[in-house]
Amino acid sequence: MKILVLISNVPDTTTKIRFTGNNTAFDDSGVQWIINPWDELALTRALELKEAGGVDKITVANVGEKSTEATLRKALAVGADDAIRINTTANDAFYVATQLAEVAKDYELILAGIEASDYNGNAVGGMLAEMLDYNSVSAVSGIDLDGSDFKVTREVDGGYQVVSIGGPLLAIVQKGIAKEPRIPAMRGIMMARKKPLNINEPVEGIDKTQIIKFELPPPKAACKLIDEENAKEVITLLHEEAKVL
Amino acid sequence: MSILVYTENWDGKFKNLSFELVSYAHAIAKEMNSTVTAVSLGKVSDDDLMKLGKYGATKVLNVDDERYNSIDNRATAKAIASAAKSEDSSIVIFANNNVGKAIAPRTAIKLDAGLVSGVTALPLSINPFVVKKKVFTSKAIANVQINSDIKVITLAQNSYDIIDLGQSATIETYDPGIVDTDFSTSVIETNKVSGKVLLSDAEIVVSGGRGMKSADNWGGLEELADLLGAGLACSRPVSDEGWRSHSEHVGQTGVMIAPNLYFAFGISGAIQHLGGVSSSKVIVAVNKDPEAPIFEAADYGIVGDVNVVIPEFIEAVKAL
Ligand SMILES: Cc1cc2nc3c(=O)[nH]c(=O)nc-3n(C[C@H](O)[C@H](O)[C@H](O)COP(=O)(O)OP(=O)(O)OC[C@H]3O[C@@H](n4cnc5c(N)ncnc54)[C@H](O)[C@@H]3O)c2cc1C
Ligand SMILES: Nc1ncnc2c1ncn2[C@@H]1O[C@H](COP(=O)(O)O)[C@@H](O)[C@H]1O
Repeated sequence: MKILVLISNVPDTTTKIRFTGNNTAFDDSGVQWIINPWDELALTRALELKEAGGVDKITVANVGEKSTEATLRKALAVGADDAIRINTTANDAFYVATQLAEVAKDYELILAGIEASDYNGNAVGGMLAEMLDYNSVSAVSGIDLDGSDFKVTREVDGGYQVVSIGGPLLAIVQKGIAKEPRIPAMRGIMMARKKPLNINEPVEGIDKTQIIKFELPPPKAACKLIDEENAKEVITLLHEEAKVL
Repeated sequence: MSILVYTENWDGKFKNLSFELVSYAHAIAKEMNSTVTAVSLGKVSDDDLMKLGKYGATKVLNVDDERYNSIDNRATAKAIASAAKSEDSSIVIFANNNVGKAIAPRTAIKLDAGLVSGVTALPLSINPFVVKKKVFTSKAIANVQINSDIKVITLAQNSYDIIDLGQSATIETYDPGIVDTDFSTSVIETNKVSGKVLLSDAEIVVSGGRGMKSADNWGGLEELADLLGAGLACSRPVSDEGWRSHSEHVGQTGVMIAPNLYFAFGISGAIQHLGGVSSSKVIVAVNKDPEAPIFEAADYGIVGDVNVVIPEFIEAVKAL
């Protein structure tokens, strides 16, 4: 079986967010780029499945410009076998899914993250599943191979559900799918340099959405501090002033 | 042309989340001189279906079919897209919860529609269609324009007031024509805590962090949550330690919540934690470290010991 892991390249989670061009573009100067945390966990689970046997190859794919290659190399360094970069700017989920659909067809299992931590789209995985007419499961916190089927755990309100589903499958993963992401070792980094990173040119596609402006959230009023001895007053304030109790 | 809302049910009942979606859709419909149709999948009583009318649905498409009792992404998207086509809907609205996030992208492809998830307010304009959403895990807001004819959005929880208009809806049985082979998900096991307030639906959330010190210290938080009818949550290290279940972990990599009131006890307020809770309307922080970043996000704060403050809060709530 072959697994494809979709990799989104995002600013480090502690990045200070700024904009340029009259608040129309994200200011990426000085930003550290990482593998989207969900995708990193998805890749980790794919590697575990391969180590357990039954998986022949793990490919990682990204739609992005040349600058995302460092992120793909990191994915290779932790153990992916090869990488595909589709050489275009990723702005809109529909466009990104259109590009990924071109390379995704041969994989029995595709793993996507629930959302990319930059634009929080919650979109690419589900869109790709529909374009390929694959089965899909969302909010996945566990996945195992079960013969030609998959045994998948998904979060539901107030708990979880274990389901059985046939392939080809697109699983949209979230917390719990793997415990800790893998850190690349020196040997892995050396080997990654020799692994194939294929570059595909994009097919024609359109953006169905476009960000026209960014804003920073309005500054919050200062916190009202109450002494520990008067703790009860907080409840009174919540009741009478904030009116949320 | 109409606006279609997918109203999910929980064991045959609707929740505030469903009514919020209908109220929101009604407000857009009014601006567009259009009407709201709700689509319901699975078995729901007529009484509950009628409630959707109160909040502004003029029609309810009732797909009374028990195959929808658990979610199958493909079959559910197919049913909703079919309803959208038969209603000639130009906007399709989902909740931004697990189910909405699973179904909206597939539905969008079927309708050749652009999708924006996690919308937080009424559209800024209808033509062009521009909505607001949080980006960079709540660190910024984006105005996003959808250029396709049909628009699909998911609405972030607690973004719009539930307004009882005292109206009523007509209920129609609807058959989207989904065949058995469209269903591919078979449930082996469901493990749900019942009777507990769901985090995704809670108006008030009581949350504990590493400052609570151990799993045995949660009694006070449970009591406070019970008294307030609140949901219980925790920071990531707390669930990593196994003090609480993973389903309670909130934050960027956990559940994203937006209740009216969030209590943070012994939580430092790391950026990844705030990413999932900063949309709460009011935040109360109790932490013994005056420098803890949680106080920058909080509206009310006590620099103090959780062991002292929690019993005081319990007493005060009892006295309300
Ligand atoms: C990629 C990534 C994703 C992450 N996602 C999440 C996420 O989704 N959710 C999340 O929560 N974290 C997440 N984290 C972890 C996050 O960075 C913090 O480590 C975590 O939120 C800290 O949890 P805490 O506040 O409970 O613990 P701590 O940071 O240890 O804070 C404990 C606090 O309790 C206070 N305290 C101690 N004793 C008492 C007392 N008796 N009375 C009052 N106060 C007391 C201390 O002053 C301290 O401020 C993520 C990290 C990374 C790198
Ligand atoms: N540019 C991209 N290249 C490859 N995969 C992507 C890209 N953008 C998003 N994805 C995948 O889709 C998931 C959800 O992203 P989004 O819909 O943008 O929130 C991510 O976790 C990735 O797995």
